Amino acid sequence: MIWQLDILILFIVVLCALAAITVKDLLSSAILLGAYSFLMCLLWTEMGAVDVAFTEAAVGAGISTAFFFGAIFVTTRRTKD
Amino acid sequence: MKFIAFVVVLITGALLIYATVDMPDWGDPNSPANTHVSPRYLEESLEKTATPNVVTAVLADYRGYDTLGETTVIFTAGVVCILLLRRSRK
Amino acid sequence: MINRFEDVIIQTICRLLVPPIQLFALYVIAHGHYSPGGGFQGGCILAASFILLVIAYDLKEASKRMSEKINIMYCCIGVIIYSGIGLLCVILGSNYLDYGILNSIIPVEPAAARSLGILGVEIGVGIAVMAVMVSIFINIASGGEHGESEELE
Repeated sequence: MIWQLDILILFIVVLCALAAITVKDLLSSAILLGAYSFLMCLLWTEMGAVDVAFTEAAVGAGISTAFFFGAIFVTTRRTKD
Repeated sequence: MKFIAFVVVLITGALLIYATVDMPDWGDPNSPANTHVSPRYLEESLEKTATPNVVTAVLADYRGYDTLGETTVIFTAGVVCILLLRRSRK
Repeated sequence: MINRFEDVIIQTICRLLVPPIQLFALYVIAHGHYSPGGGFQGGCILAASFILLVIAYDLKEASKRMSEKINIMYCCIGVIIYSGIGLLCVILGSNYLDYGILNSIIPVEPAAARSLGILGVEIGVGIAVMAVMVSIFINIASGGEHGESEELE
Protein backbone atom coordinates (compact mmCIF):
# COMPACT_ATOMS: atom_id res chain seq x y z
CA MET A 1 0.00 0.00 0.00
CA ILE A 2 1.61 3.22 -1.23
CA TRP A 3 0.07 6.16 0.59
CA GLN A 4 0.91 8.74 -2.10
CA LEU A 5 -1.01 6.70 -4.71
CA ASP A 6 -3.79 6.20 -2.17
CA ILE A 7 -4.20 9.93 -1.58
CA LEU A 8 -4.13 10.62 -5.33
CA ILE A 9 -6.82 8.02 -6.12
CA LEU A 10 -9.01 9.17 -3.21
CA PHE A 11 -8.74 12.77 -4.44
CA ILE A 12 -9.87 11.79 -7.96
CA VAL A 13 -12.68 9.65 -6.50
CA VAL A 14 -14.07 12.63 -4.57
CA LEU A 15 -13.64 14.81 -7.66
CA CYS A 16 -15.59 12.31 -9.81
CA ALA A 17 -18.39 12.04 -7.24
CA LEU A 18 -18.73 15.85 -7.00
CA ALA A 19 -18.71 16.19 -10.79
CA ALA A 20 -21.33 13.47 -11.19
CA ILE A 21 -23.86 15.33 -9.02
CA THR A 22 -23.18 18.81 -10.41
CA VAL A 23 -23.12 18.12 -14.15
CA LYS A 24 -26.32 18.93 -16.10
CA ASP A 25 -26.11 16.20 -18.74
CA LEU A 26 -27.34 12.86 -17.41
CA LEU A 27 -25.31 10.84 -19.93
CA SER A 28 -22.04 12.37 -18.76
CA SER A 29 -23.21 11.91 -15.18
CA ALA A 30 -23.58 8.15 -15.84
CA ILE A 31 -20.11 8.02 -17.41
CA LEU A 32 -18.66 9.88 -14.42
CA LEU A 33 -20.28 7.32 -12.10
CA GLY A 34 -18.60 4.59 -14.16
CA ALA A 35 -15.26 6.35 -13.74
CA TYR A 36 -15.96 6.60 -10.00
CA SER A 37 -16.59 2.84 -9.83
CA PHE A 38 -13.42 2.11 -11.76
CA LEU A 39 -11.32 4.28 -9.46
CA MET A 40 -12.89 2.53 -6.44
CA CYS A 41 -11.87 -0.73 -8.14
CA LEU A 42 -8.28 0.56 -8.34
CA LEU A 43 -8.47 1.45 -4.65
CA TRP A 44 -9.66 -2.06 -3.68
CA THR A 45 -6.91 -3.64 -5.79
CA GLU A 46 -4.32 -1.47 -4.13
CA MET A 47 -5.56 -2.54 -0.69
CA GLY A 48 -5.29 -6.22 -1.66
CA ALA A 49 -9.02 -7.08 -1.90
CA VAL A 50 -8.89 -8.46 -5.44
CA ASP A 51 -12.26 -10.23 -5.36
CA VAL A 52 -14.08 -7.09 -4.26
CA ALA A 53 -12.25 -5.15 -6.96
CA PHE A 54 -13.34 -7.64 -9.62
CA THR A 55 -16.96 -7.41 -8.47
CA GLU A 56 -16.77 -3.61 -8.50
CA ALA A 57 -15.34 -3.61 -12.03
CA ALA A 58 -17.94 -6.06 -13.36
CA VAL A 59 -21.04 -4.69 -11.62
CA GLY A 60 -20.28 -1.06 -10.83
CA ALA A 61 -18.38 -0.02 -13.93
CA GLY A 62 -19.90 -2.45 -16.41
CA ILE A 63 -23.50 -3.45 -15.83
CA SER A 64 -24.83 -0.49 -13.85
CA THR A 65 -23.51 2.00 -16.43
CA ALA A 66 -25.36 0.02 -19.11
CA PHE A 67 -28.53 0.16 -16.96
CA PHE A 68 -28.19 3.92 -16.61
CA PHE A 69 -27.80 4.24 -20.38
CA GLY A 70 -30.92 2.14 -20.87
CA ALA A 71 -32.87 4.35 -18.50
CA ILE A 72 -31.62 7.53 -20.20
CA PHE A 73 -32.67 6.12 -23.61
CA VAL A 74 -36.34 5.96 -22.59
CA THR A 75 -36.44 9.13 -20.46
CA THR A 76 -34.88 12.55 -20.92
CA ARG A 77 -31.23 13.47 -21.12
CA ARG A 78 -31.38 16.86 -19.38
CA THR A 79 -32.04 17.42 -15.70
CA LYS A 80 -34.50 20.00 -14.45
CA ASP A 81 -32.30 21.55 -11.75
CA MET B 1 -33.07 25.16 1.80
CA LYS B 2 -29.86 24.18 0.04
CA PHE B 3 -27.83 25.69 2.88
CA ILE B 4 -29.65 23.57 5.49
CA ALA B 5 -29.05 20.42 3.43
CA PHE B 6 -25.35 21.29 3.15
CA VAL B 7 -25.10 21.76 6.94
CA VAL B 8 -26.85 18.41 7.54
CA VAL B 9 -24.46 16.67 5.15
CA LEU B 10 -21.44 18.28 6.84
CA ILE B 11 -22.61 17.25 10.33
CA THR B 12 -23.30 13.66 9.18
CA GLY B 13 -19.90 13.42 7.52
CA ALA B 14 -18.13 14.78 10.60
CA LEU B 15 -19.95 12.25 12.81
CA LEU B 16 -19.02 9.37 10.48
CA ILE B 17 -15.36 10.44 10.39
CA TYR B 18 -15.43 10.74 14.19
CA ALA B 19 -16.83 7.19 14.39
CA THR B 20 -14.02 5.76 12.24
CA VAL B 21 -11.44 6.77 14.86
CA ASP B 22 -12.59 3.85 17.02
CA MET B 23 -12.15 1.29 14.23
CA PRO B 24 -9.02 -0.89 14.20
CA ASP B 25 -6.16 0.08 11.91
CA TRP B 26 -5.94 -1.21 8.32
CA GLY B 27 -4.52 -4.76 8.39
CA ASP B 28 -4.09 -4.77 12.17
CA PRO B 29 -3.23 -8.35 13.21
CA ASN B 30 -4.73 -7.81 16.69
CA SER B 31 -8.13 -6.59 15.55
CA PRO B 32 -11.15 -8.74 16.55
CA ALA B 33 -11.85 -9.80 12.96
CA ASN B 34 -8.30 -11.09 12.54
CA THR B 35 -8.10 -13.02 15.81
CA HIS B 36 -11.38 -15.00 15.95
CA VAL B 37 -12.27 -16.82 12.75
CA SER B 38 -9.85 -15.62 10.08
CA PRO B 39 -6.85 -17.75 11.19
CA ARG B 40 -9.05 -20.85 11.21
CA TYR B 41 -10.28 -20.16 7.67
CA LEU B 42 -6.75 -19.47 6.43
CA GLU B 43 -5.30 -22.61 7.99
CA GLU B 44 -8.04 -25.15 7.38
CA SER B 45 -9.85 -24.14 4.20
CA LEU B 46 -7.35 -25.66 1.77
CA GLU B 47 -7.37 -29.14 3.28
CA LYS B 48 -11.11 -29.14 4.08
CA THR B 49 -12.52 -27.76 0.84
CA ALA B 50 -9.64 -28.28 -1.67
CA THR B 51 -10.14 -24.70 -2.86
CA PRO B 52 -7.01 -22.51 -2.99
CA ASN B 53 -8.99 -19.26 -3.14
CA VAL B 54 -10.13 -18.64 0.43
CA VAL B 55 -12.68 -16.00 -0.62
CA THR B 56 -14.54 -18.49 -2.83
CA ALA B 57 -14.45 -21.13 -0.09
CA VAL B 58 -15.89 -18.71 2.48
CA LEU B 59 -18.52 -17.32 0.11
CA ALA B 60 -19.88 -20.57 -1.26
CA ASP B 61 -19.17 -23.08 1.48
CA TYR B 62 -18.76 -21.58 4.95
CA ARG B 63 -21.30 -18.82 4.26
CA GLY B 64 -23.49 -20.70 1.80
CA TYR B 65 -26.73 -19.35 3.24
CA ASP B 66 -25.51 -15.82 2.64
CA THR B 67 -24.90 -16.45 -1.05
CA LEU B 68 -28.26 -18.22 -1.34
CA GLY B 69 -29.93 -15.11 0.08
CA GLU B 70 -27.98 -12.93 -2.34
CA THR B 71 -29.12 -15.02 -5.30
CA THR B 72 -32.70 -14.86 -4.04
CA VAL B 73 -32.48 -11.06 -3.81
CA ILE B 74 -31.26 -10.83 -7.42
CA PHE B 75 -33.97 -13.24 -8.59
CA THR B 76 -36.63 -11.18 -6.78
CA ALA B 77 -35.28 -7.99 -8.38
CA GLY B 78 -35.58 -9.54 -11.84
CA VAL B 79 -39.11 -10.84 -11.23
CA VAL B 80 -40.27 -7.48 -9.83
CA CYS B 81 -38.73 -5.67 -12.83
CA ILE B 82 -40.66 -7.95 -15.19
CA LEU B 83 -43.91 -7.50 -13.22
CA LEU B 84 -43.68 -3.70 -12.98
CA LEU B 85 -42.23 -2.70 -16.35
CA ARG B 86 -43.44 -5.26 -18.84
CA ARG B 87 -46.54 -4.33 -20.84
CA SER B 88 -48.16 -7.15 -22.74
CA ARG B 89 -49.66 -6.16 -26.09
CA LYS B 90 -53.33 -7.23 -26.05
CA MET C 1 -37.35 0.95 -27.86
CA ILE C 2 -33.86 0.75 -29.19
CA ASN C 3 -34.09 1.41 -32.92
CA ARG C 4 -31.91 -0.36 -35.39
CA PHE C 5 -28.91 1.73 -36.36
CA GLU C 6 -27.12 0.40 -39.41
CA ASP C 7 -23.37 0.74 -39.10
CA VAL C 8 -21.14 -1.89 -40.64
CA ILE C 9 -18.06 -1.13 -38.52
CA ILE C 10 -19.84 -1.22 -35.15
CA GLN C 11 -21.85 -4.34 -35.99
CA THR C 12 -18.84 -6.27 -37.31
CA ILE C 13 -16.64 -5.33 -34.36
CA CYS C 14 -19.34 -6.27 -31.85
CA ARG C 15 -20.00 -9.57 -33.62
CA LEU C 16 -16.29 -10.38 -33.47
CA LEU C 17 -16.07 -9.25 -29.84
CA VAL C 18 -18.95 -11.26 -28.38
CA PRO C 19 -17.36 -14.78 -28.42
CA PRO C 20 -14.13 -13.78 -26.60
CA ILE C 21 -16.20 -11.98 -23.94
CA GLN C 22 -18.33 -15.08 -23.40
CA LEU C 23 -15.25 -17.29 -23.29
CA PHE C 24 -13.71 -15.01 -20.67
CA ALA C 25 -16.93 -15.11 -18.64
CA LEU C 26 -16.94 -18.91 -18.66
CA TYR C 27 -13.27 -18.85 -17.63
CA VAL C 28 -14.08 -16.54 -14.72
CA ILE C 29 -16.89 -18.84 -13.55
CA ALA C 30 -14.90 -22.06 -13.90
CA HIS C 31 -11.60 -20.71 -12.57
CA GLY C 32 -13.09 -19.10 -9.47
CA HIS C 33 -11.44 -21.72 -7.26
CA TYR C 34 -7.94 -20.63 -8.14
CA SER C 35 -8.14 -16.93 -8.98
CA PRO C 36 -10.41 -13.98 -8.24
CA GLY C 37 -13.79 -14.48 -9.77
CA GLY C 38 -16.85 -16.60 -9.33
CA GLY C 39 -20.46 -16.91 -10.30
CA PHE C 40 -21.53 -13.33 -9.73
CA GLN C 41 -18.75 -11.66 -11.70
CA GLY C 42 -18.84 -14.24 -14.49
CA GLY C 43 -22.60 -13.90 -14.79
CA CYS C 44 -22.30 -10.14 -15.06
CA ILE C 45 -19.69 -10.40 -17.83
CA LEU C 46 -21.85 -12.97 -19.66
CA ALA C 47 -24.81 -10.59 -19.40
CA ALA C 48 -22.62 -7.76 -20.72
CA SER C 49 -21.99 -9.71 -23.93
CA PHE C 50 -25.75 -10.03 -24.58
CA ILE C 51 -26.26 -6.36 -23.74
CA LEU C 52 -23.55 -5.49 -26.28
CA LEU C 53 -25.48 -7.51 -28.86
CA VAL C 54 -28.71 -5.66 -27.98
CA ILE C 55 -27.01 -2.26 -28.27
CA ALA C 56 -25.15 -2.99 -31.52
CA TYR C 57 -28.11 -4.62 -33.30
CA ASP C 58 -31.65 -4.32 -31.96
CA LEU C 59 -33.90 -6.26 -29.64
CA LYS C 60 -35.40 -8.53 -32.32
CA GLU C 61 -31.99 -9.63 -33.56
CA ALA C 62 -30.85 -10.40 -30.03
CA SER C 63 -34.02 -12.24 -29.08
CA LYS C 64 -33.41 -14.61 -32.00
CA ARG C 65 -30.33 -15.77 -30.05
CA MET C 66 -32.09 -15.99 -26.70
CA SER C 67 -35.83 -15.47 -26.53
CA GLU C 68 -37.52 -13.93 -23.53
CA LYS C 69 -39.21 -17.13 -22.45
CA ILE C 70 -35.90 -19.00 -22.29
CA ASN C 71 -34.37 -16.06 -20.46
CA ILE C 72 -36.98 -16.17 -17.68
CA MET C 73 -36.56 -19.93 -17.51
CA TYR C 74 -32.80 -19.45 -16.99
CA CYS C 75 -33.56 -17.12 -14.02
CA CYS C 76 -35.47 -19.92 -12.30
CA ILE C 77 -33.02 -22.67 -13.35
CA GLY C 78 -30.11 -20.89 -11.67
CA VAL C 79 -31.85 -20.57 -8.32
CA ILE C 80 -33.16 -24.14 -8.62
CA ILE C 81 -29.61 -25.46 -9.21
CA TYR C 82 -28.39 -23.69 -6.08
CA SER C 83 -31.20 -24.78 -3.77
CA GLY C 84 -31.32 -28.21 -5.44
CA ILE C 85 -27.70 -28.90 -4.48
CA GLY C 86 -28.59 -27.84 -0.94
CA LEU C 87 -31.61 -30.14 -0.92
CA LEU C 88 -29.52 -32.99 -2.35
CA CYS C 89 -27.27 -32.71 0.69
CA VAL C 90 -30.35 -32.95 2.95
CA ILE C 91 -31.63 -36.01 1.07
CA LEU C 92 -28.25 -37.73 1.37
CA GLY C 93 -28.40 -37.25 5.14
CA SER C 94 -26.50 -34.13 6.06
CA ASN C 95 -27.20 -30.45 6.73
CA TYR C 96 -28.52 -28.01 4.15
CA LEU C 97 -25.67 -26.83 1.84
CA ASP C 98 -23.13 -29.15 3.52
CA TYR C 99 -21.39 -30.43 0.39
CA GLY C 100 -19.11 -32.90 2.15
CA ILE C 101 -21.79 -35.61 1.97
CA LEU C 102 -21.79 -35.46 -1.84
CA ASN C 103 -18.95 -38.01 -1.89
CA SER C 104 -21.51 -40.78 -1.39
CA ILE C 105 -22.71 -40.32 -5.00
CA ILE C 106 -19.46 -38.98 -6.54
CA PRO C 107 -16.47 -41.31 -6.03
CA VAL C 108 -14.05 -38.71 -4.59
CA GLU C 109 -12.92 -37.82 -1.09
CA PRO C 110 -14.93 -35.29 0.98
CA ALA C 111 -12.62 -32.31 0.37
CA ALA C 112 -12.85 -32.73 -3.42
CA ALA C 113 -16.62 -33.23 -3.08
CA ARG C 114 -16.80 -29.86 -1.33
CA SER C 115 -14.85 -28.32 -4.20
CA LEU C 116 -17.28 -29.82 -6.73
CA GLY C 117 -20.25 -28.57 -4.70
CA ILE C 118 -18.80 -25.05 -4.75
CA LEU C 119 -18.40 -25.32 -8.55
CA GLY C 120 -22.02 -26.37 -8.98
CA VAL C 121 -23.23 -23.54 -6.80
CA GLU C 122 -21.14 -21.01 -8.76
CA ILE C 123 -22.63 -22.26 -12.03
CA GLY C 124 -26.13 -21.79 -10.62
CA VAL C 125 -25.35 -18.26 -9.44
CA GLY C 126 -23.80 -17.43 -12.82
CA ILE C 127 -26.85 -18.58 -14.80
CA ALA C 128 -29.27 -16.72 -12.49
CA VAL C 129 -27.28 -13.47 -12.52
CA MET C 130 -26.84 -13.56 -16.31
CA ALA C 131 -30.55 -14.06 -16.99
CA VAL C 132 -31.69 -11.49 -14.44
CA MET C 133 -29.28 -8.79 -15.68
CA VAL C 134 -30.29 -9.32 -19.33
CA SER C 135 -33.99 -9.28 -18.41
CA ILE C 136 -33.67 -6.07 -16.34
CA PHE C 137 -31.75 -4.32 -19.13
CA ILE C 138 -34.22 -5.34 -21.82
CA ASN C 139 -37.19 -4.29 -19.69
CA ILE C 140 -35.66 -0.90 -18.82
CA ALA C 141 -34.27 -0.03 -22.25
CA SER C 142 -37.44 -0.93 -24.17
CA GLY C 143 -39.89 0.52 -21.67
CA GLY C 144 -41.51 -2.88 -21.39
CA GLU C 145 -42.84 -2.86 -24.96
CA HIS C 146 -40.82 -5.66 -26.42
CA GLY C 147 -43.06 -8.69 -26.19
CA GLU C 148 -45.29 -8.12 -29.23
CA SER C 149 -43.90 -11.01 -31.25
CA GLU C 150 -44.35 -13.69 -28.63
CA GLU C 151 -46.98 -13.80 -25.94
CA LEU C 152 -46.09 -14.68 -22.40
CA GLU C 153 -49.25 -15.51 -20.53
